[in-house]
Formats: sequence, C-alpha cells, structure tokens
Amino acid sequence: MASDSNSSESQRIAQQRLRIIAGHLQKHKDDDSGTIATECKAEANKGTVPRKRQEIMKWNGWGYSDSKFLFNKKGQAEFTGKRYRLSGMVLPSLQDWFENTFGASVNHKSPATPALNASAVPPASLNEAFVEDLKATGIPFSHEAEDRVFRAHGHCLHEIFALREGKKFERVPDMVVWPNCHNDVVKIVELACKHNVCLIPYGGGTSVTSALECPPEETRCIVSLDTSQMNRILWIDEKNLVAHVEAGIIGQDLERLLNESGYCTGHEPDSMEFSSLGGWVATRASGMKKNVYGNIEDLVIHLKVVTPRGVIEKSCQGPRMSTGPDIHHFILGSEGTLGVVTEVTMKIRPIPEYQKYGSVVFPNFEAGVACLREVAKQRCAPASIRLMDNEQFQFGHALKPQVSSIFTNFVEGLKKFYITKFKGFDPHQLVVATLLFEGDRERVLQHEKQVYDIAATFGGLAAGEDNGQRGYILTFVIAYLRDLGMDYYVVAESFETSVPWDSLCFSLLLSFFRVLDLCRNVKERINRECKERGVQFQPLTSCRVTQTYDAGACVYFYFAFNYRGLADPVHTYERVEHAAREEILANGGSLSHHHGVGKLRKEWMKESISSLGVGMLQSVKDYVDPDNIFGNRNLL
Amino acid sequence: RELSSESNIYIYCLNILVFVTLQQRDPMLKRDCFEDILEERRNSSDLKYALRCYAPVLYKGVTPCKANMLKNIVLQSDQLHYVINQVSQESGEAPDIIQEEASVILEEMAHRLQISTVRCFAFALSKAFKTLFQHVCVNEEGIQRLQQAIQEHPVVLLPSHRSYMDFLLMSYILYTYDLALPVIAAGMDFMGMKFVGEMLRMSGAFFIRRSFGGDKLYWAVFSEYVKTMLRNGFAPIEFFLEGTRSRTCKSLTPKLGLLNIVIEPFFKGEVFDVNLVPVSISYERILEESLYARELLGVPKPKESTSGLLKARRILSEDYGSIHVYFGQPVSVRSLAQGKVNRSTYNLFPRHIPRKPMEETQSFVNDTAYRIVRLQEDNMVLKPWVLMASLLLQNLEGLELSVLTEQTVWLRGLALSYAAFLDWPDQAPTAKVVSSSLALHRGLACVSGDRVSLVVGEPLGPVTPEEALFNRAVSVLSCASYRNQVLHVFLRPAMLAVAMLHLSDEVYNCFSFLWDMFSNDFILCPGDTVQDFEEACYLLVKTGAVQMPQQDIVMTDIGQPTLSFFNGLLEPFLQGYQVVCRYLCEEASEGLTEKQYIPAVRSFAVKLILAGNLRCYEVLSSDMQKNALAALLRMDAVRKVKVADQVTLIVNKMAVNSIDDILGKNRMISHINQTPISPSLSLVAVAEDLYRDGLTPSYIR
Repeated sequence: MASDSNSSESQRIAQQRLRIIAGHLQKHKDDDSGTIATECKAEANKGTVPRKRQEIMKWNGWGYSDSKFLFNKKGQAEFTGKRYRLSGMVLPSLQDWFENTFGASVNHKSPATPALNASAVPPASLNEAFVEDLKATGIPFSHEAEDRVFRAHGHCLHEIFALREGKKFERVPDMVVWPNCHNDVVKIVELACKHNVCLIPYGGGTSVTSALECPPEETRCIVSLDTSQMNRILWIDEKNLVAHVEAGIIGQDLERLLNESGYCTGHEPDSMEFSSLGGWVATRASGMKKNVYGNIEDLVIHLKVVTPRGVIEKSCQGPRMSTGPDIHHFILGSEGTLGVVTEVTMKIRPIPEYQKYGSVVFPNFEAGVACLREVAKQRCAPASIRLMDNEQFQFGHALKPQVSSIFTNFVEGLKKFYITKFKGFDPHQLVVATLLFEGDRERVLQHEKQVYDIAATFGGLAAGEDNGQRGYILTFVIAYLRDLGMDYYVVAESFETSVPWDSLCFSLLLSFFRVLDLCRNVKERINRECKERGVQFQPLTSCRVTQTYDAGACVYFYFAFNYRGLADPVHTYERVEHAAREEILANGGSLSHHHGVGKLRKEWMKESISSLGVGMLQSVKDYVDPDNIFGNRNLL
Repeated sequence: RELSSESNIYIYCLNILVFVTLQQRDPMLKRDCFEDILEERRNSSDLKYALRCYAPVLYKGVTPCKANMLKNIVLQSDQLHYVINQVSQESGEAPDIIQEEASVILEEMAHRLQISTVRCFAFALSKAFKTLFQHVCVNEEGIQRLQQAIQEHPVVLLPSHRSYMDFLLMSYILYTYDLALPVIAAGMDFMGMKFVGEMLRMSGAFFIRRSFGGDKLYWAVFSEYVKTMLRNGFAPIEFFLEGTRSRTCKSLTPKLGLLNIVIEPFFKGEVFDVNLVPVSISYERILEESLYARELLGVPKPKESTSGLLKARRILSEDYGSIHVYFGQPVSVRSLAQGKVNRSTYNLFPRHIPRKPMEETQSFVNDTAYRIVRLQEDNMVLKPWVLMASLLLQNLEGLELSVLTEQTVWLRGLALSYAAFLDWPDQAPTAKVVSSSLALHRGLACVSGDRVSLVVGEPLGPVTPEEALFNRAVSVLSCASYRNQVLHVFLRPAMLAVAMLHLSDEVYNCFSFLWDMFSNDFILCPGDTVQDFEEACYLLVKTGAVQMPQQDIVMTDIGQPTLSFFNGLLEPFLQGYQVVCRYLCEEASEGLTEKQYIPAVRSFAVKLILAGNLRCYEVLSSDMQKNALAALLRMDAVRKVKVADQVTLIVNKMAVNSIDDILGKNRMISHINQTPISPSLSLVAVAEDLYRDGLTPSYIR
C-alpha cells in the first residue's frame, strides 16, 4: 500500500511539473502581448456541457448518466463508469452499512420512473412576438419538453423525488435559449423587456434552494437562459494574475483550461464538476480551498452583468476601491433576480508545485473542533481542513473499495488495533479531520508539521494521506449516493450554516463551543422531529466542519432516513428540515454559508437581515428590474 | 355603564370557554399510585441497605465529576474571568486577589458530595423515619419518568418546601431508587450549625448566601457553579422555588434567581433542553408545626425546646403520620419556551459576558416558576384532617362530633369534584377516619363529650390576657396551616363566591380585585385572572352551586352551603387585610418605618381582639401582615420611601380607605370610630374613586 501510494504520488508530481512547464512555454509564446485574447464568435464551443444536457447527464438524478451506484446481483455495491477514482470498483462494506444505518434492505426497491413522460409536462405557452424577434437574432432556442423540464429544477430532494416518481411539475420554463456570448445576452434581455417575458438564468443547475423552480403564479412566458455555451476564457493577464472568463463556464472546464496555461483559480466548491462561474457569483459560493484562494467574493475583480436597465460594470480593475458600497455586492448573492452575469475577471494563481493530503484522528468531535479552532486562531489552516463526525467517518469507511492484498488488510487491521486498543479511542466516538496542503514542497512539509503538532496537543493522531483523500472523494460522490438511497426508500439531503466559535476551553476533556452546541442541538432536533412525525427508523444525522474562519466555522449537515411507512416522505422531510433550520438560527447559526436562500429559505430573510435590510434589497431590485423580468422570485 | 357591559360580554364568552377549561385541566387529574418505601426498611437490614451497591444511571453516560475538578472548571471559566477582570478594573485590586476571593467564595459554597456520608445518612434516616412516620410513600411511576429524564437532558428537581426534612428526604429517596444524587442549593443559615452543615455539604448541599444583591463576583461564581453542573449533567440540581420553608403550608411566591440560572443554558443553546421536575412533598403532620406558629406570631420558642436534645427526644416519641412524595411529570423548558422566547436574540452577545435577562425572558421565567409551583400544589396529597381543620376554623367555638363528621363527608365530596388529591382511606368507615385524624392531631383538637374544639395550650400558672390570647393564636395558626393545604383547591371558586356575595352584578370586577389583592398570599399566575375566573365559574357550575344563564352568574338553591363555606374559608384573609387597612388609616403615625410595621399591626390587632371587636386570630400572623402590605404597595396605596437608613411607609389614606371599604362590605367587625359604609355604594363607584386617586387601574377592567 505504502509503495503504491508513493508511486502514484510521484506520478502526480511529474504531471504537475509537466503542466507547469507547459504553462511556462505558453507564457513565452504570448510574452509580447501579455494577454491571451479570444473573440466572441470565432471559436467553436469545446466545453463539457452540451446544449442537450440530457445526452450525457441524468434527467432525474445527479451527474453523468454513465456513473451511478448500484447493488449488483451479489448484493455488493459498485460504482459504474470510468470517470472517478471509485469508478468500476466494488465497495464490499457499503451494503452492510446501508442496511444497518437505515434499517433498509437491498430487497426493498423503490425504482424511479424510467423516462420522462412528455405528456405530463405542461404545454409551452410561448410569446409569439418574442419568438419571432429571437429567431431574427439567430440565437438557438428550444421548446422541447426534455429541455424545458431539465431546467425546471435544481437538486433539492423534493425536485429529484418528483422527477423519479413521475410527478407533474406545476410550472416549467416555456422555452430555453442558449446565448453564445455577452452580446447575445444583451439582445435576449432587450427582447424580454420589449415583450414582457420572464427570464430565469440557468448555469450549472446544481441549486439546492429551489432557486430554479418556476414560480407557479407566473403567467408570462418563462424563458430559461442557459449560459452553458458561454464557456470561454477570453484572456489571461499574467502580469496581474487575472483571467477574464465567460460566466457560463463550469468549474471543471475553467480549472482544466487554466491548468493548460499553468494556472488555476483554486476555487473548488464541491459541485465544481457541474456548477458555473456565473452561478458562483450569483450565490456567493465558497470553495474547499478558500483558506489559500478565498471565497468567490475575494476572487472576483470585475463583473459584467446584463440587467433590464442595461449593463453594469466598473470602469477599472483596481484591486480595491473606496467608491461607496461595492456594487459587486449587489450582484454577488443576487440569485438571478437582477440580471445575468456574463463575464467575470477573476484572480488566478500559478498551479502549486506540491499538493499533499493528510488526516488526523481525534478521540471525539469536541477535541476535533477544539483543534480546528486553534488552527484557525494561529492562522495556519491548510488549503482545506475539514472535520467529519463519527457517523461520517463510518460512512467514509463503508466506501472503501475492495482491497486485493492480504498484506493491506493486515496493515489496516494493525492501524485499527493501534488506534482503538493501544490509544484507547472509542470507534463509536472517534472522528477524523481531513487536510489538503498546497504550495512549494518545503513549505508544505513545514506547514504539515505545524498542523500535526497542534493536533497532537488535542489528542489527535496522524492517520495518513489515504484517509484524507478518501474524505474528499466522498464529497464528490455523495450526491450520487443519494440516488442510490432513493432506489431503496431512503431520502437524504444536506444543508449548511456558519456559526461563531464561542469557545470555552478548559482542558482536553472539557470544552464548550457554540459550534458544538449547534451541531448537537440540530442533530437532536432532527431526531426528535423525525420521531414526532412518524419516521419509523432512526434517521442518519451527521455533520462536519468544512471551513474555518477567524471568527467561526462553516458546518455542513447530512440528514437521511428510511421513509418506508410514510405517506408523504417529502413533506415529512421538508418539515424536519424546516425545524432544523429554526434550531440553527436559534443557536446562532446563519441562514446560509454558501448555498444561498433561493425560495427555500425566503421566509427567514427578514429575521436574518432585518426588514430594513430587505427593504434596501427590494429598492435595488425595483430600480434595476422594475418589471420583474428576472422573475424567479428568489431571495425577497 | 361601560364597564359592566364589557364584563357582560365577557361572561357571555365564558359560557363557551367553560368546556375548554374542562379539557385543559382534566388530563392532569390522572395521578400515579404510591408505594411505601418504609415497608421494605421495616423488613430488612438498614445496614445492608446503607452499604448496598449504588450505581445510578447518568446523563448520557457522563462520568461523575470529582468535586475538586468541578471547582477548577468554574475557576477557569471565561465567564468568571470576565467578571474578575471587570471587578478588578472597578476596584483597582489586582486580578489575582479577586481570583483568590472567587476561590474563597467557591470554597464556602461548593458541595463535597461523598457517597460514604450519604450511606451514613441512609442508615440514620432509615432509623429515624421508621420511628417518626407510619409511611413514606413515593409514586414509582414518577421515579421511572425521572430516571428516563436524567438520561436525556439535564434535570432540575423542584420540590415544595415545608420542612427541614425536605432535602434529606429527597436524597434519601433518590438513593433508595438508585438514582443520581442531586446537588442541593441550601441557605447559608444551615452552615451556622457547624457539624450539621458539613454533613449536609458532604451529602450534596451547596450553600448560598441569602442576599448578595450587588455582589457581582459572588453572583458570577454562584451562577457559573450551578451552570457548570447543569451543562455537564454531572448531577441533577435541586432547589426550592419558594426560597424558604413555608411557615403557613401555603405555597410561597416563587423566587426567580436560581430558575433564571438553570434556564439560561437552554436559551444560549448550551444544552438542548432542561427538564424541570416538580416534586410535591406532603406531610400528614409537620415536625415544625407549633414552631412555625410561634415564629409567625413573633413569640419566642417555648423554654423546654431550647435544649435541642430534649426537643429531639420529644419529637421522636410522637407519631407524625405519613409522608407522600409525588414526582411530577418532567416539564421541558424547550416546549414551554416554544413561541414565547426568541432564542436568536442571544446570538449577538458573547456567551461568556453576563447579561441581565431580557424582558421577554424574565416574564417567561416568572410564568414558568408559577406554573411549576401550581404543579407542585396539584400533586400535594391532602389528608382528611385538612378538611376537618377547615371546618373547625370556621367554628372556633367548637362543634358536635356528628356535625363535624357529616360536614367532613360533604366537604370530601366537594374536594373530590374539584380534583383535590385526597388520601381518604376507602375501606374505613367515616367515623373511624374522623376519630383517627383527631387522634393523630390531638395536640390541636380535642373531643370533650360530643364536642370537638381547638386545644388551647394549657397555661402553667396565672397568665395575662395577652398570654392567653397568644396561646389561643398558636393553636389557631397551627390549625390554619392544615386548612391552608386545601386552599389551592378551593381558592378560585372561593374568590368567586366572595365576589358574588359581595355584589352580584359586578362579579368579575370584584373577583379581579380580590385576585389582585391576594396574589401575594396565594399562587395566582400573573395575567391569569381571566383564566382563573373561568376555572372558578366552571367549578361552581360543575358542582351545581351556581348557574350561568346567558350573561349572569346566579346562586342555585343548593348552592348556599358551598358558597357560604367558601366565604368562611376566605374570611380570615379578608378580615386580616381589613385590619391592616384600618391600622394604616387610623393608627399609623406619619413616620412609620418598615421595621415598626409588623409589631405595630400586631399590637393593634391584639387591642382589637382583647376589646372584643375582632375574633380573627390569623391577622396576628406576620405572614399575612407582610402579604397585605405587599398588596397595598403593589396597588400604590402605600409607598416606600428611603429616609437615611430607614425605609418609611407613606400611606395614601384615601386609597387605603377605599380598599378597606371594598373588603369591608358585609363584614361583621365592629369597631370604634368605624365609618358606616353606605350600602348603595357600588363597587364600580369605589373603583372609580380609586382610579381618581391615582391608583393603577390594572385590576379594574
């Protein structure tokens, strides 16, 4: 195992070096101009996302059609496809974990409707004049049922559940348009204003806040504005380390294309495979490596936004300005209510020379949180540091692929023995922090030592790179796992918040944190609500601290339960999530750290930002979009 | 008049609400059965019992914390450090010195729970209980609920407080049932008894000063100590909401300090929930019976009892009947606070900085405290003697045994239909029940020939008229302490009855006046006037004493005995308050200080009684005098003014006079100088007078 990981490690380093060299070469080539410019229409689209998304992606679940978890005939779980590290692997312990955790059985299936029933889709009510004018511009559009339904939802539980059950959507977009560049968007918005058509911007479609849901009361023609074809890097400015990018680009394409030039943005939200740059801006996204690179608001230098009143942009790209309240902050988090983000200038960094995963095992969650707080206090957080609770630790273990060698088995056994028997960790209490370091080699190793030293003072034991990496894989496949659960009567969802530390540290044994209190209280509330609402099986509630700040942390919850015996599982789920959110707010948590508000959490906006605050936002909306062209009704 | 039409509409609504009330109160009537824990003690070895294996379940399986570690946690807490720095800045003393002070305070306060001491107590108490009491009964279902609650959330035990015995008894019971031993907030006065104080400390008591008003540091140490124990669930916390032993056997107005402290961790999200468990401890005979009466009268304890040993021996030779301990349904603070307190308002302040509770929170805590005390009252077990005492007090000259028996049976029916928790031996014939009650309380009542009357302490040698009066007052007050036990059952309908007999067309106003007037004497939850009125109507209608045709309340033909019994029940209180009013109007001098008030009222009353103008002895009770003054202060009829070091009472004679008038309607005390009250004077007019005099109109609808 050890030699194995070493060789893959050296391979990766070699690849990184190659990329950096390639980047340097390119830099020489363009040295005279300093920027790499691209014209709007000149280049053919080479992004991952086709106009017909359903050709490569599931219409009723997460991600690529070729990648999914299933229990094979032997009852063993496997992950299909070739795209991921787990692809093609058998996961022998998943079934036991699944059945034991949820009281589910692989024999009780709740299969999804195999295909979209086009007749169940409400007919498109088109604004003929708009369509005529649109045709004249040559911008491609569609009003096929598949295209429209695909853009009628995000990835909330109730949305996916409805698709799987073949339930009819009350309202879906009447047509979809695919602008190819900023000017296309300008034309579309002008036409929408002219003909009073409702526009709903659509980026990666990964919203989990009902933000993409069409308001059922909307009587105008609803046009989904799909930005996926606006996916070019227009130029890279290496002198100032910024890149100017079309906002429809999705995370993985952006990273790949920048890598070709030796750069990266470092912005890696868990949804980066599918979510788009414009979407990040519109929701105030946060990336896993924000400790090094910052959140989206730290990365954005310049924005171009098309609104019904015209185009908003600043006149220069100064790194910081004192020109009144930052107008970018009206756009960041506007959730598609003001206009469409078309182009973004954002910071880039050279690809780091060296990357290293790591992990630390703590005897309990309290010790782990105390350690994270100390790391944040000393401002030495690695690119990413996350703390999974015991439930998630066990979940992670259930995803271990089959190991071929007896030796590996033996080593694993020894490790387990060391931690649980020799160090006295309770396997039902211990938690694991996963780490990702980036930078030049020397410094990463130094940094690593510093963090492990701090961890040691909180009783943490280094637990290897592999465990760390597995933790991060979990975040990419978790959404696929939800689909598996739904095949077997298990519904699941995640939600997040941010909360101050409020630490009271007495000793190793005794520490109090608002963070801890919030986690415990929310879990307990969920359990209690489930019981009260007739959920027959113990729900899974699990949380992890995914980000640390000087003044607090971001906490992410997973919540799942077996819904056999419930008449309306989605409703039950929603009530429980509602109660959980109330509990979060009562315990000093925020309404959202990075998912946004959408329509799901609108009801708490007043409480969160005061009615005056809501009024301020409303007045901006009224000025920018008096006719409510961007009528998705998010946020306010 | 506007006022009356309003209340008519009100009464109309009431008819509809009566059934709602029925539904609300009935579920509480389901009560558990009792088990006698002494039975086993009589049949097996006490030593073995004291030494048995004791392994209680704890809150989510925490390991119990050593007393020393607990102190360290408190002393190192951010909360305390914050206050230490604050105090240090204010006083100019170095923080180290303040820290040292804090540690001294904590040393003085902290418990040192030791299982060995508890075992000693278990042994000694077994012996003592078996001699003193016939039975010690506990509801085992309550114990099971408690055991469950202890594992789920931090538990706060809130027993009623009638006797020194209470907290020893509580710990004894929890030990018996293998439950986690509580830590108990006790008043510092216990610590005065050197040896006993330390023994109590080692059995889980921690000591707090009776008053530490402005002492920030003391408060910080104290509240952090309690919260640390609560947050970590090391042990259930036990304290007495009433603050002190009730000398009258009425529940006392709850004190909020400690309740605030134990509830705050929930509001701050430090714990998911806190379970409040009301515990009702009812004594068939209270050990301190006559001591209390003497204390209330301000007369020194009888000589013989000064020797503690003698006293103890005398006590041990007597029969004190049974004790009933009822562990109520745990009350979840979380569910109580649902929709009442917005916890997120706690989010904008660092949690370690002490803050005064917000208004919303204060009124919630106040409400909760009253609710808990009412739950305690609901589960107080009443003995037949309690009913007999109520009847005897209305017939001070004594009454025929057969009449007493007959009336007791009648009252039993009434009490039961009002959901009293009456422990009436079912098999025994009524005569037997009555006679055995009289036997147990032979110190208070005696049967001579066919007549039953109160015992008046036999004077040794010649006595002055005052001494004779006080002797009689001791037995009246002792007897009243039994009647008081049943008051919470009858209080609301009794106030309604008084209101009806006063003035039938303004019943609600009158009820509301009495309600406000008596809210220091009885447990009347703030703001519940309307609800209590509904309950009173409902109960009187239910027993057929009144009818409520449309918008009226009328007495029925069969209602007469009930209503006049109720009237008689409250009579001593009405008279007592009236005497206080008279005193303030007629006798009180200009510069009457708060300190002089009680002795002055007492001698005024003595004068009245000796002159044959007053027959009510209960007015001699300092408890009633204090409560009456508090009511007058609340109604702004009297003000307190601080002059130099003295607190002086400024009397608004107009206002006091008007209150006296309302109370005095139909009252039979004659008095020299008594101003005749015009019978036509309606309550409304009086109320309007009061209003004009600048009284708060709060009790006038």
